[in-house]
Amino acid sequence: MQGYLYFVAKRALLMFAVIFFGVSAMFLVTYLSPIDPVEQVLGRLSARSNLSPEAIAATREALTAMFGTGQPMLTQYFNFWTRLLQGDLGASLMAFPTPAMELVMRGMPWTLGLLLSSTIFTFIIGNLMGGLAGYFQNNRFFKAFGIVTMGLQPIPYYIVAFIILIIFGFLWPVLPISGGFSMDVRPGWSWTFVFSVLQHSLLPAFSLVLVGLGGWFIGMRALVSNIVTEDYVTYAELAGVKRDTIVGSYVMRNALVPQVTALAMTIGGVFSGTIITEQVFNYPGMGSLLVDAVNAGDYSTVLAVCTVSITAVAFAIFVVDLLHPLLDPRVRAE
Amino acid sequence: MFAVFRDLIRYNAEFTIGLILVGIMVVFASLSFFAPMDPSLIYMTIPDQPPSAQYWFGTNSRGQDLFWQLSAAFKNSLIFGITVAVLSRIISITVGLAAGYLGGWVDRVLMFINDIFVSVPIFPILVLFYFVLRNNMDSFTMALILACFGWPFDARLIRSVALGLKHREFTRHAVFAGMSTRKVLLEEHLPYVMPIVFSTFMNNMLWSIGMEVTLAVLGFTNINNPTIGTVLYWANSHSAMVVGVWWWIVIPVILIVMTFLGLFLLAVSMNEYIDPRSRLRRMGA
Amino acid sequence: MAEDIVKVEGLKAYYQMNYFGVSREVRAVDGITMTVRKGEVYGIAGESSSGKTSFIKVLAAAIRPPLRVVEGSVKFDFKNGPFEVATATPREIEAVRWKHLSYIMQGSMSVLNPVRRIGRTFHDFASRPMGLTGKAFEDRVIAHLARLKLPPEVLKAYPHELSGGMRQRVTIGLATVCHPEFIIADEPTTALDVVVQKEVLSLIRDIQKEMNAAVVFVTHDMSVHANVADRVGIIYAGRLVEEGPTRDMFFAPKHPYTAHLVASLPRIGDTKQRPALEGRPPNLADPPQGCRFHPRCPLAVDKCRQEAPPLEQVGPDHRTACWRWQDVKPLVGASAPSGVMA
Repeated sequence: MQGYLYFVAKRALLMFAVIFFGVSAMFLVTYLSPIDPVEQVLGRLSARSNLSPEAIAATREALTAMFGTGQPMLTQYFNFWTRLLQGDLGASLMAFPTPAMELVMRGMPWTLGLLLSSTIFTFIIGNLMGGLAGYFQNNRFFKAFGIVTMGLQPIPYYIVAFIILIIFGFLWPVLPISGGFSMDVRPGWSWTFVFSVLQHSLLPAFSLVLVGLGGWFIGMRALVSNIVTEDYVTYAELAGVKRDTIVGSYVMRNALVPQVTALAMTIGGVFSGTIITEQVFNYPGMGSLLVDAVNAGDYSTVLAVCTVSITAVAFAIFVVDLLHPLLDPRVRAE
Repeated sequence: MFAVFRDLIRYNAEFTIGLILVGIMVVFASLSFFAPMDPSLIYMTIPDQPPSAQYWFGTNSRGQDLFWQLSAAFKNSLIFGITVAVLSRIISITVGLAAGYLGGWVDRVLMFINDIFVSVPIFPILVLFYFVLRNNMDSFTMALILACFGWPFDARLIRSVALGLKHREFTRHAVFAGMSTRKVLLEEHLPYVMPIVFSTFMNNMLWSIGMEVTLAVLGFTNINNPTIGTVLYWANSHSAMVVGVWWWIVIPVILIVMTFLGLFLLAVSMNEYIDPRSRLRRMGA
Repeated sequence: MAEDIVKVEGLKAYYQMNYFGVSREVRAVDGITMTVRKGEVYGIAGESSSGKTSFIKVLAAAIRPPLRVVEGSVKFDFKNGPFEVATATPREIEAVRWKHLSYIMQGSMSVLNPVRRIGRTFHDFASRPMGLTGKAFEDRVIAHLARLKLPPEVLKAYPHELSGGMRQRVTIGLATVCHPEFIIADEPTTALDVVVQKEVLSLIRDIQKEMNAAVVFVTHDMSVHANVADRVGIIYAGRLVEEGPTRDMFFAPKHPYTAHLVASLPRIGDTKQRPALEGRPPNLADPPQGCRFHPRCPLAVDKCRQEAPPLEQVGPDHRTACWRWQDVKPLVGASAPSGVMA
């Protein structure tokens, strides 16, 4: 038990370090930038007439509070953290006077849903297939599956999503390629709404799964083909232990331990992929929000998306790490 | 080294295919040094011409010959990928060897930092960089930023090899002979990790070019500099697919897939060559 | 004289490999004929890469490519009927596995699944051959563990929570829980410290006596053979070179290789350096002509270089493959170590 607590403490420390580092990087990027971002943003805004003066004033107030000019860096850094911890990054410009945080929170469920479902699905299918391919090395089906997924794996998220968009948007339009749900459906806990959401999430999720499968497949196949030479597997095979027990509880079960560690390490990258996928499929999550905010010059919202994504990814990694000792009894004893 | 290459070409189909694909792309990209026109200029030819004997890859809606446009784009993107890979290799080799060899608290601190870099979602931070720098974000700045985030996975890999080297006889000999730590690492250990460095080099190029494509497609880079990503950006912004200029999208996508597949196959087959256990499997032992 | 549990006749098993276009054939087992009797402990000795490991794999019916049985037969006489390894179908192998034919593998640390509780492993290995499940199965296992002086709590533990000696006892328990008639023990004591080694040996001996099982005990350590084996067979370069009652093998070896192995054992009061055998064991992909031991043999004559000696009866139960067996003398200072059962 003590080993477990020690492990949790270590991982929690990492989580806070990641958040601290990420947020500090955000601050430094802005603070040390050769161009004064506040003035630049505001300058660009004033040129646009469709924004109300109070929106601009509010933005100016929020930005100067965080990056304000003339203050020593440490004071400024401290102010920046204070604002962040209060969850107050000012009002969004795009949707004045909605607070930027609120916009992010609206986008979050979409992103989380997409990210979670596709990650879980990819992890399970990729590892299962990779494990079986590693164990049954001469099976044609697994070989073919491996070639296809490995061929897709190196291709950038954007290209895969884009090809899917072309196929399902132009060549074979059977699934919705844009939005989170149909325009004619009212959001709520109705069957039609849930169905519409699921239907709209299929293509974005599918593109994430396609790109993600290869990595898990390759990793698991390599792990398994090493584990099958381990003594405990050879011995179990010698003893005539049932095939499915060997594959499941001896081979795959042991390979799962490093794979879960790897899962934690890839979450950051998958998150980036989700942002892009959202943009391609016009999905109403944090990614689309980020892109819109950049294009609209909405500093508060950009900061809010960055802060929330760093925190969310750090937390997700922490949660996955917590699984590790449950899978590996040796960690518990350390 | 040459013999290794020859063996790989003869007995490893993946390596051969990868080498051919990458070779084609490198030749294609090098052609841009002989380009008849500056690739950044627009309206130099008749727009929207389909592929023909005169325009092999057709022309786009901005009046550019796509053949030369893409040649320049791939040259820039490959150079970008190589820059990031070289820079991040320097960091990962330094951190990996130091952590593995020195061990103790140095190792713990370095690996903690390593974990932080692995965990931070890089994409939002890159977007923030662009947001702040706007057009001051040229491709070298971007390469620097990516290099800062592209080392941790490989540093961990190199560390695990260095950890094994540390206890080998020859390391002890070198230390007793009074070699400095820097010399032991550079002269004794570096050659052992070079194969990993090569295979991760390809992987890193894949990653960084992919990142560039992503950012450029969203318009978050200097869009006037032809790269793989900006070609697609312009195609999108002219709705190439909708208006029927399909070659503006299809040809770059095919070339991208070729490049990525080629680099990936090289990385995978070299990896396999490095890991003796997978080689044993190949020979059926 | 007891009946035979296994008869090996003219067994040849080769590794056939193909590496980067070059095919190679390693003759790991090259014509071995021997028998093991019911209820005896038969020791097999030999250097590493002498082919003893491959021989064991065939005996244990664990033949996997690139290893192949090329010639000969291995016939078991089990209670449930005869069993021929070379031609057995997977179903037949499954029928004798663990219940009749069991195996103690080298390396107690690595033969247990690190993420599985011992109890689960027992269930995986033994539940089907024993035809028991649930409480009945667990009771039998606990009773068996008690025989090995292991508390029932072991079943709830993970391998890493046990000490080295306990783990070794667990693996012996795992191999013997079904009361097999024939047990192969492959270097079960290597890498254990001397005290634990002694304990493990007497444990195997006790269990074997109690169940009246036949044990083939493999180790390169002659002193271990002196302690446990009834008969010892020496394998050199894929062939059985000498076989006989343990006592005879130590006091009156009839093969120069055996004589050397026995003489190289350390003894109390030793002051002289032991004579080392020159040369290395031959490469099994390209063994020497004639007697395979001749390049290293102090007694070698021309005949040895040309013609391989057959295994010849030289005494009661004692066979050797040497043209000059009558000239083989125990080497200077040789006497059996204290453990030999006189």
